[in-house]
Amino acid sequence: MSDTVIKIENLGKKYMLAHKQPQKYIALRDVLVDRAKRLGRRLTRPFSDGVAAAKASGTEEFWALSDVSFDVKQGERVGIIGRNGAGKSTLLKILSRITEPTTGRVSIKGRIASLLEVGTGFHPELTGRENIYLNGAILGMSKAEIRKNFDAIVDFAGVEQFLDTPVKHYSSGMYVRLAFAVAAHLDTEILLIDEVLAVGDAEFQKKCMGKMDEVSHKEGRTILFVSHNMPMVASLCESGIWLERGKIVDQAAISSLVVKYSNMRKEGAGCSIDFSPGEYANAIAELLSASIENNKGQVCGEFAITEPIHLKMKYQIKKENISLTPNFHVYDSTGQCVFVASDGGFDCAGTRKASLGTYIASCTIPGNFMNDGAYSVGFALSTMPTVTVHFYAQNALNFIVLDDLLNTPTRGLYRGPLPGAVRPLLEWDSEKVS
Amino acid sequence: MPDRKDPTEKLDFDLIIEPNRTASAFFKELVRYRELFYFLAWRDILVRYKQTAIGIAWSVIRPFLTMVVFSVVFGRLAKLPSEGVPYPILVFSAMLPWQYFANAMQESSNSLIAESRLISKVYFPRLIVPTSSVIVSAVDFFISLALLGILMLWYGFTPSPGIAFLPFFFLLATLAALGAGFWLSALNVKYRDFRYIVPFLVQFGLYVSPVGFSSSVVPERWRALYSLNPMVGVIDGFRWCVQGTGSFYLPGFAVSVAVSAFLFWSGIKFFRRTERFFADFI
Repeated sequence: MSDTVIKIENLGKKYMLAHKQPQKYIALRDVLVDRAKRLGRRLTRPFSDGVAAAKASGTEEFWALSDVSFDVKQGERVGIIGRNGAGKSTLLKILSRITEPTTGRVSIKGRIASLLEVGTGFHPELTGRENIYLNGAILGMSKAEIRKNFDAIVDFAGVEQFLDTPVKHYSSGMYVRLAFAVAAHLDTEILLIDEVLAVGDAEFQKKCMGKMDEVSHKEGRTILFVSHNMPMVASLCESGIWLERGKIVDQAAISSLVVKYSNMRKEGAGCSIDFSPGEYANAIAELLSASIENNKGQVCGEFAITEPIHLKMKYQIKKENISLTPNFHVYDSTGQCVFVASDGGFDCAGTRKASLGTYIASCTIPGNFMNDGAYSVGFALSTMPTVTVHFYAQNALNFIVLDDLLNTPTRGLYRGPLPGAVRPLLEWDSEKVS
Repeated sequence: MPDRKDPTEKLDFDLIIEPNRTASAFFKELVRYRELFYFLAWRDILVRYKQTAIGIAWSVIRPFLTMVVFSVVFGRLAKLPSEGVPYPILVFSAMLPWQYFANAMQESSNSLIAESRLISKVYFPRLIVPTSSVIVSAVDFFISLALLGILMLWYGFTPSPGIAFLPFFFLLATLAALGAGFWLSALNVKYRDFRYIVPFLVQFGLYVSPVGFSSSVVPERWRALYSLNPMVGVIDGFRWCVQGTGSFYLPGFAVSVAVSAFLFWSGIKFFRRTERFFADFI
């Protein structure tokens, strides 16, 4: 209890939705006209009921959040996932006090800062230097704090030569880098982050991820992170909350939540998927279905680290006499490719020609090979050596590998984290030589 | 921070967010965010004088040309009494506070809409936005004040010792502008057509305020009523400071001060009551 830094109880947020209003804003003119109309109606029909009146005025209640309760502990990194409009951003907005809840209560311990957007308050006419101070102040830093971090910010953004150039002359990459750099040097105990990392080029994203990781792991800060980018959430957070239509659907360790969420999104039950006709197809071949199965032949998404994992795809060949190589692509939760495997190696000699028909290609990842964590699998069929891809269902299915910390030969009695995308059980030989 | 439900938890948490809970540490928070206030004002000034080469010139040309027109129309053509003061000085010493008030009110009533991105993405005491936007107008005011000094040198006009009270009337104008600004900026968020009302108010105000003429032309028995326009007190005060003429009407002035103070106080009240919905509407 004492190390709870955010306590959320029965939080709810109601919006009034207007149906007939085509424009977003209310005009006083319309309000007056509406009032006059309603008055007129009341005068002509004094006994009509209120519901009808509400309907006539064209508004409807909409609960963006309802009855959301959870606690966040000191140093915890919580990922909040869910579809668009699930209430993720509303939750962050309430926590950062931008908008007020309709019901419930939030209690917060420590300084809180929110990053709902990169570069809030940047002014194009001002120079990089001026914008650093301005943006810092907007995010809640004091002048002294900004001055202290100034060099680190400039260094991180890599804009030394352009410090005294108005940011309107910056490239969009530079702009984003500078904006993120200011935000990354925020010095609060709790950080609320909304998808701001989904900006910049891949190189810079990596740098951002590194920085976020440093901030959360080494400095022990509490982070709430909202994103659509599952690999990012999975690698940054440890626990997760899944929101759907303003309610919490599930709350669990992020790795299992990401898998559940990703598979749910594919509308398939468990870890198999039937592709719709033509979804992954060309004139030569078509992908029909794919699945991940356990040793008993059951479709499965969760595996013990010692268990073998079977990847399977069913496809149809529509043209004869072409050399085809089935291949599977496995990625880890950070988006890093773990391996690409193919049936018997890529056939570059063109010797393995298939006849018309439906095929099943499967491969087995042995037990004690993957590390614990979440992975995604892509299914592909290609012709070599020209690398003609007939279909490639990228990240089509997900699975998760769990380490129960008990009978893991690759671990022993050590309980700490073991980094890496794989953790293979290798042959070892250690002997005394002198 | 009072906690209604569970007093034992009060010690544990620094911040409680609940419906209809206005931050009780309001003034403490304003103090904590004072640097943001400085930065926003500093940004507005920087941008204003960077963006337009005629930034400074503009703040001089506008009141100057208006002064010329008023001097000709009211002084030469309508031949209104000038109490022995050169008509341009009579007009300009009224033009100054009026322009300041009008600009400040306009800037602050548009300020929340102009900063809509900030308001929907970051938390800070919202009152900072309309308040800091007044600063640019204040800078313009001081530039025009220098112009008045030049004008007085030109006419060889010595100001009365009352000029020491000028800062007081400046503050009064600020109070009135802020009060109006708080009201209008908050209303502007909800009712977007309010912005059409503001320019009208400014134009209308220019003619009902004693800018082009001295308020001594108003019959004595109407002057207290006339002073319900808070700018009457301010402008009369300015004239009294600069020219030292006796058109200063104390009961009327008291009315203007009271109206300004009420406008300011009620503006803050209204702003504070509506500010928690800003992000939902903006």
